[in-house]
Amino acid sequence: MNRSADALLAPLTAAMAGAAALLLAGMLGFLLAESWPALAHGGWLRFVGLAWYPLEGHFGLAAMCIATLAVAALAILLAAPLGLACALFARFQAPPALAAGFRGLLALMAGVPSVVYGFWGLTVLVPLVARWQPPGASLFTAGLVLALMILPTVALLAHAALAAVPRSLLDGAAALGLTQRATLLKVAVPAARRGIAGGVLLGLARALGETMAVLMVAGNVVQLPASVFDPVRVLTANIALEMAYATGTHRAGLFVSGLLLALLVLGLAWFAARLEPRHA
Amino acid sequence: MHSVPGDRLFGLALWGAALSVAAVFAWLFVDLARLGLGALSWDFITTAPENAGRDGGIASILVSTLLILGVAVGVAAPVGLGAAVWLNTYTRAGGGTGRRIRLALDGLAGMPSIVFGLFGNAFFSVYLGLGFSILSGGLTLAAMILPVFIRTVEAGLGAVDDGWRRGAAALGLTQSAALAHVILPAAAPAIGAGLMLGIGRAAAETAALIFTSGYVDRMPESLSDSGRALAVHIYDLSMNVAGGDTHAAASALVLVALVACANLLAVALSRRLLTRRLAL
Repeated sequence: MNRSADALLAPLTAAMAGAAALLLAGMLGFLLAESWPALAHGGWLRFVGLAWYPLEGHFGLAAMCIATLAVAALAILLAAPLGLACALFARFQAPPALAAGFRGLLALMAGVPSVVYGFWGLTVLVPLVARWQPPGASLFTAGLVLALMILPTVALLAHAALAAVPRSLLDGAAALGLTQRATLLKVAVPAARRGIAGGVLLGLARALGETMAVLMVAGNVVQLPASVFDPVRVLTANIALEMAYATGTHRAGLFVSGLLLALLVLGLAWFAARLEPRHA
Repeated sequence: MHSVPGDRLFGLALWGAALSVAAVFAWLFVDLARLGLGALSWDFITTAPENAGRDGGIASILVSTLLILGVAVGVAAPVGLGAAVWLNTYTRAGGGTGRRIRLALDGLAGMPSIVFGLFGNAFFSVYLGLGFSILSGGLTLAAMILPVFIRTVEAGLGAVDDGWRRGAAALGLTQSAALAHVILPAAAPAIGAGLMLGIGRAAAETAALIFTSGYVDRMPESLSDSGRALAVHIYDLSMNVAGGDTHAAASALVLVALVACANLLAVALSRRLLTRRLAL
């Protein structure tokens, strides 16, 4: 290898890094360009309504937006406390061998493809819920399946944050004679709160952006749910269901919902980045 | 630590949460095994699907999956490696450009997979004219796994002891020679771990592939043929094919095994990096 390779190294690798970063700009640009036919005629207002009849020119995204937020909220409300409890268990309560096994199970479940969660939800959970609250495929079932899917991520990240709490803090709590409950809830969890919150936000972003698991169990009716047992259709599922045959303004309308999702998740990522401590 | 009633209750609650989460995950695996294990055999893996997947096996689908993964990794690995080298070698911790590129990558990493699917469809399938093909699907997945791969490799490069760089410089190696013969080999476990994480994510992906690599379950003859990935196969069998559940479950078992192997390998490789650092 000679000096000329060195002269090439910086510009070549810089070009690759630039290309990777430009991917984000390119993606947003393409989404915007493809959305343009729908945005240009009638502007933002036509996407505000409740009615989604794209072939008749009604592009209301409100019902699906609300369904998306409701399903994700239900999932995170279930997964955050349970995930934190699992993390506390694995870090402080379980005997070491059991803790390692439990963490292994969580890591395995974190890698299970979402389509497998969706398949299980469809074949097992939906019939089960249907016996209790028909039709079974509903906001509730979707929230449940999503909660299960994001729980391992939330738990593993909370566990990592708890493991990084300095030993001296816990020793101090023990020296003060605090009970275990007080040590964990008043010392360990507050000390790890940034990491735990980061995990919860990541879980929320995954829940908002998940397609398959929700599509397979939510029932996919475009409506404002009157109860949690009503079938709903979320934004991601709508794209997956209609892209196959959408053309013209309809296709552009789907890209608008994709753009909306992208901006929603970018906003969350920005918020999560602000949570992290600055190390200048 | 002396025990008070509230403390006992808290401990029991943690045990309860962890056990119920473990039980639900066990339930999922038992169901998958009960449904799918009967159909799983060597023949299932080596014969072509028949009757929309109800009969036969998944040979052509496995081939398509591997080809899509091959394209994704073949594109993401060199670009990602270059980008990580640039971020590690040529940017300072607080520098502006590096920070902006890292922010863009983090934004990209959190993007919902269906948004990648929309982008892939608009850019690779339509704009570049690749149509529904293994190439479009693979390139879409390459974009999806790129940010995670770059950040993993960058972290691995950052963990290489500065003594090695100084040693290489003292021996009069050029920068590129030091990179090729000292630094990249030292960071090899991190590169491997990043690749395996990417493969795990890519293999699990469904939503990004439906509108890029398509549904066709024939044996692909070239990269410009449409090919059905394993995850898409599970989705199609469970949603669109009556009586496809058994083969969907069997395919899910194969997919989970594939993803679990990739993730285990990633963990083992990053452990090797850690022990190497300790040995220095």
